[in-house]
Amino acid sequence: MAEQHKVLLAGADERDLTQLAEYQAVGGYRAVEKARAMTSDALIDELQKANLRGRGGAGFPMGRKASLIDRKSAKPKYLVVNADESEPGAFKDREVMARVPHRLIEGCLIAAHAIESTDVFIYIRGEYLTEYEILAAAVDEARDAGIFGDVRIVVHRGAGAYICGEETALLESLEGKRGQPRPRPPFPPIQGLYAAPTQINNVCTIATVPVILELGAEEFAKTGAPSSPGTAIFSVSGNVARPGNYELDLGTPMRELIYEHAGGIAAGRELKAVIPGGSSVPALTPDQIDVPLDYDSLGAIGTFFGAASLIVVDDRCCMVQLAIRSTKFYMHESCGKCTPCRVGTRWMVQILEAIENGTATHADLELLDSVGDNIMGKVLCALGEFAVYPVASYLHKWRDEFEAHIEHGGCPFGSSSSLDGILAPSDQHAHTPAGTEALV
Amino acid sequence: MSSLYDEIQEVRARYPEGSRSAVLPALRLAQERDGWLSREALAEVADALEVTPAFCYSIATFYDMFHLEPVGRHTIDVCTNLPCALCGAQEVVEAFESELGIRAGETTPDGGVTLRAVECLGGCGYATVVAVDDRYRQQVRPETVPAIVEDVRG
Repeated sequence: MAEQHKVLLAGADERDLTQLAEYQAVGGYRAVEKARAMTSDALIDELQKANLRGRGGAGFPMGRKASLIDRKSAKPKYLVVNADESEPGAFKDREVMARVPHRLIEGCLIAAHAIESTDVFIYIRGEYLTEYEILAAAVDEARDAGIFGDVRIVVHRGAGAYICGEETALLESLEGKRGQPRPRPPFPPIQGLYAAPTQINNVCTIATVPVILELGAEEFAKTGAPSSPGTAIFSVSGNVARPGNYELDLGTPMRELIYEHAGGIAAGRELKAVIPGGSSVPALTPDQIDVPLDYDSLGAIGTFFGAASLIVVDDRCCMVQLAIRSTKFYMHESCGKCTPCRVGTRWMVQILEAIENGTATHADLELLDSVGDNIMGKVLCALGEFAVYPVASYLHKWRDEFEAHIEHGGCPFGSSSSLDGILAPSDQHAHTPAGTEALV
Repeated sequence: MSSLYDEIQEVRARYPEGSRSAVLPALRLAQERDGWLSREALAEVADALEVTPAFCYSIATFYDMFHLEPVGRHTIDVCTNLPCALCGAQEVVEAFESELGIRAGETTPDGGVTLRAVECLGGCGYATVVAVDDRYRQQVRPETVPAIVEDVRG
């Protein structure tokens, strides 16, 4: 089996790195000492040189974000870690928090020093109860050991809302409001949490920061892919023989990840599609998987690196059903603030269901595209676009399958699709609550 | 045992004065006490946070993890999002439905168990993921469902 390159997860197979002493035994918390010996200007320079790109999805350079913080502001400066991992297909942040929480905490302390902040919030999704307990215990242990200095770290639990992974919705939620995105500008480095300068980064981004200090920015920048240094933890799910997390250099070929690390397609089936960045990105056909896994290479073939989360789909799957299931999720999670997303995602589900049920016409395929076009770029955040990207890609790359539904008067798979009859939470609303039959 | 009011004050102290940041943890504390959020509980939280009950209601209705109606003593949440769906989550839902004698979205008549299909729980590589009282069981298959139900019913 091909070797992984464990950097974020280094040492976690051999030791219980949730314990402070064990993390210190592998050199833990030495990087923060190095960072604290530097001025914040020098530290930000170092982070910029490392060219660490955000692992949450957008790929924005972390050091550049730090350089945008108004450190002279009279207001407090905040560091917020986005641990609201909710993208279907993504489960990498969860592993970092559960297995190497101190590496994340050390990254927080270094990043806080860079932006001259003493207040750190880690916003963890509410469903991650076990991970919250491990992380909170690690925070307590490191604080009690005097490692924090004058920094305060608060681990804040969400309560079930995909939209809170969007950075401005997360800030709203952290302020105690409904998690609805804010218009930009102002961007968070200028006006973020409590209207103060705020740096927001994903768990894996911040957990990589100690590695930069250990190696030095120049050395770090030589690892991984030229335009995307470092490693990433790739979450692989769906129809592969060995699903799971694999930490690899950026630039590793997608084919190697799927066929060598993850063991190829399960049960001797054929590959049909790969959704490479979590369920919100355009899917790839089997002839497109000879691509290096880095931001620019995936961008060049019309998709996104996203959350480094590959959903692998085999040939049993009906692409219309895949589109329905995906869109129902984004419909359910739309926060309701922008009309194109709130109404458009529902409309997309209705059109897709008509296609699946055989009541659609060819004109509905154009309508589906048109509804998508009327969401794209007309909403405050990316959620609406996340509903459209995958569906548009299924429609354009597997158009014959959509047309077959229309010509066949229903699903050509009959009930043999791997997604046949799949229940989405929004379907439960159709159930008649007990005792209400008499009211009908 | 300290009262809900006192526990909420303790949580409030973690956040800047005058902010409403403690509302999620405060609602969670109330739900942990009662199992769900009644109008009375929302009013109690509002009082402790010095906000209106309507504000608390607006927050509680936004987030999926808050229950605005009573739920069973135990909750079983089956992930049916794409990665789990591709690996047979629907059969796992059906196995729970048949084992419990209810449909997803319902509670058993004895008030013991609420079964729900839920969106992605973030365990996609270990499908199907089922959260039993918020603790994840991974790689659940239809044949492992009876043992989970037996375990829950104790």
